[in-house]
Amino acid sequence: MNRAITYVKTFALWELLRGLSVTLRNFFRPSVTLEYPEEKTPQSPRFRGLHALRRYPNGEERCIACKLCEAVCPALAITIESDVSDDGTRRTTRYDIDLFKCIYCGFCEEACPVDAIVETRLHEYHMELPGENIMTKDKLLAIGDKYDAMISADKAADAKYR
Amino acid sequence: MSDDIVNIEVDGEAVEARRGQMLIEVTDAVGAYVPRFCYHDKLSVAANCRMCLVEVEKVPKPMPACATPVGEGMKVFTKSPKAIAAQKATMEFLLINHPLDCPICDQGGECELQDLAIGYGRDVSRYNDGKRVVKDKDIGPLVSTDMTRCIHCTRCVRFGEEITGKPQLGTTDRGENMKIGTYVEQSVDHELSANIIDLCPVGALNNKPYRYSARAWEMAQHATVSPHDCVGSNLYAHVLRGTVKRIVPRANESINESWIADRDRYSYEAIYSGDRLMRPRVKENGAWRDVDWEGALAQAADVLKSADQDKVALIATPAVTVEEGHLLSQIADHLGTANIDHRVGRRDVSDQDNDPMYPSLGCSIAEIEQHDAILVAGSNVRAEAPIIAHRLRKAAVAGAAISFANSSVYEYLFDVANYLSGAGLVELLAGVAVAAADGNSLPDSVTELCDGVTASGAHKDVARSLAEADRAIVLLGNIAGRHASYTAVRALAAAIAELTGASFGGLSEGPNSAGACLAGVLPHRAQGGENRVTAGLDVASMLAQAMDAVVLVNVEPDADIHAATDAVARLAEQAFVVALTPFVSDALLEAADLLLPTGTFAETSGTYVNVEGTWQSFSGVASAVGEARPTWKVLRVLGNLVDAPGFDYVTSVDVRDEFVARLGEISTSNAYEASGRIAKVNGADAPANDIDIPLYSVDALVRRATALQLTDEAQRARAVSDG
Repeated sequence: MNRAITYVKTFALWELLRGLSVTLRNFFRPSVTLEYPEEKTPQSPRFRGLHALRRYPNGEERCIACKLCEAVCPALAITIESDVSDDGTRRTTRYDIDLFKCIYCGFCEEACPVDAIVETRLHEYHMELPGENIMTKDKLLAIGDKYDAMISADKAADAKYR
Repeated sequence: MSDDIVNIEVDGEAVEARRGQMLIEVTDAVGAYVPRFCYHDKLSVAANCRMCLVEVEKVPKPMPACATPVGEGMKVFTKSPKAIAAQKATMEFLLINHPLDCPICDQGGECELQDLAIGYGRDVSRYNDGKRVVKDKDIGPLVSTDMTRCIHCTRCVRFGEEITGKPQLGTTDRGENMKIGTYVEQSVDHELSANIIDLCPVGALNNKPYRYSARAWEMAQHATVSPHDCVGSNLYAHVLRGTVKRIVPRANESINESWIADRDRYSYEAIYSGDRLMRPRVKENGAWRDVDWEGALAQAADVLKSADQDKVALIATPAVTVEEGHLLSQIADHLGTANIDHRVGRRDVSDQDNDPMYPSLGCSIAEIEQHDAILVAGSNVRAEAPIIAHRLRKAAVAGAAISFANSSVYEYLFDVANYLSGAGLVELLAGVAVAAADGNSLPDSVTELCDGVTASGAHKDVARSLAEADRAIVLLGNIAGRHASYTAVRALAAAIAELTGASFGGLSEGPNSAGACLAGVLPHRAQGGENRVTAGLDVASMLAQAMDAVVLVNVEPDADIHAATDAVARLAEQAFVVALTPFVSDALLEAADLLLPTGTFAETSGTYVNVEGTWQSFSGVASAVGEARPTWKVLRVLGNLVDAPGFDYVTSVDVRDEFVARLGEISTSNAYEASGRIAKVNGADAPANDIDIPLYSVDALVRRATALQLTDEAQRARAVSDG
């Protein structure tokens, strides 16, 4: 009996029809695919993308060169040199993040006692030339300045969980 | 059972202790850690931090372990709930006024308060009132202050009172208003002053040149040895990415205890000074041109090979390492010259055949403080060897009679028994020798020197204190070594020692005079101290004659050579001068024809033999600056190029091992045997202008250390030398 059923199913393309039924069902379901880059997935305010160095509202750099981010970085991606600044405060003279080494774990952000180094939501960036993977202090501060509103909003959104 | 031993119990364990010992010494000895801030084993007990409170049975209140003497049958609990509660309460009080600025504090990561706050601090502060803020003081270019962080342990105050004898720091007000300061605005300027940085358990006193430049956890710690004086203080260099960031003491009870001189701590700044010679340079028709190492070394070798063998001169300083000395004397042997010398500071070499083969202090450095009477002749000992001066002070505090004989008067921070001055050194010592003889016959060598000399009361006092002491020593300093009549000075000092039954020794110049002598960097002695068949020329004679080739090893002709006047001009007249040097200066540009960049003590490995005969090897700790190479490597390649045999060393350890094997057993000796009657000195007893070298001018490194040159001491010395 079973052999007869198998025989009929083989010639009636039963397996094919079963497979196509999945296609047919999904054909009438709403689409979940996003048309990147026109459409984008929503991001959490905790998203860990490109780094930025922040400033206080009066324009003063937040970073005090405590080097805790450098110490905590598991990928050894951060290199800092520090010195006494003109106004006698402790400041970095060099703050480099190697994006090729960085694993975007966010430990630097966690370690920072003054919320200076942050990981922004930016994730769409590329490098063309050798050396562009090194984010210097100037580049990081520029990102911080440009996306200050976004960073502040994200920090505010996450503040109540900290 | 002896009366001096008491039995106590620490955390349930039976322990024997000496009567009178403080509890904390006993708990430390058995490894039961008690937290503390104000207690320090080199300082007196203050018991003002209250952190070391422990529970003692039958005592109602917790007791400070640092100030509680042990008693028979005492039962101590260091980790009982009561003790821990007391310690935690103390910590909470200490943190009330301590700022929460660890991220910018240089002490962060190596801070005793930070460490103990982990174990004994609360995670949340219960204190809501205003915190105390204290204005920072300017106490000079070496130590930075953040007085808000101070927890009033008074270690720095006690250091000034007990260790240096110059109590410049003190406390004003009390309780909440207590402040550490200098009373009137002034710099803290003892030659050991920067040790308060290490003593400070918090970040209140910190290293000023190092300020904010690195963190404690990211630096690698390498052991090294001080190159500035004959003590050879043990140091740690803290290195970040190949750059020396700071120097701290390496404790060695038999040499420097836990202190180092300020110049040991800050001279590293010179390694990165703008004066560093970055690549080899050659002078062609009066103009300097950079060359590569191959070309420069080939040219140096050509000059040495084509030179007449009697007309080659090799001049080093007492800062030459044993390895460099060994290579240098082998090159000299191979070239067939005996014109090799390291005694750039010595004016009088007439009696050099009677020099000790292995010069030394005459006792170990630690033994200085066990003497009952010491005569220091011809020495500005605080500038020559600050650690020796500290040992002398300890001896004086313990009751020893320390006397000085010097043409000039220097300040000492202890009770000096007798200070003989106001005359030439020979005259002063002749007086003491006559007093020591006390009518008996003088040693033959000094009879002529003492002829017609009468002893004054002070001379007699000095002689009597030496003769009556159980243990006495006569020490000759570097001023004596540079004296124009060194022969007479030494004969007189040896005679005084002989007549009073004291031992006899001397401070040598530079970190490695003894090593250089053993290595044969001397015109009259080969390696191991044997006399050469024909003696070569000393520094002054080399410079006075026309040479075909002169090699200067880390010599600054204008500042280091006191053996001859006008050294720069005389070197400039020589046919060809090769200078191995870390630094370039106007004098070298004038004097030399070829400059080869060499590494400083931090960039080279080597061995120094200090004044008590201790061999201390160290390895290179920092990356080379520019194209500088270690001096021993330069000499090794130079040896290859002049075809010296056996120059196939791979490391400096190979060089040292070969030298040590060749040297065999040898021990220090200061036995002085005059070869005859020494003639009266006429006019050569007056001190020369540069006979005393100020504290911060002793060598090329110190002269270029920015912070040291900003000190009052250096500025005073500069004002004197500028007239």
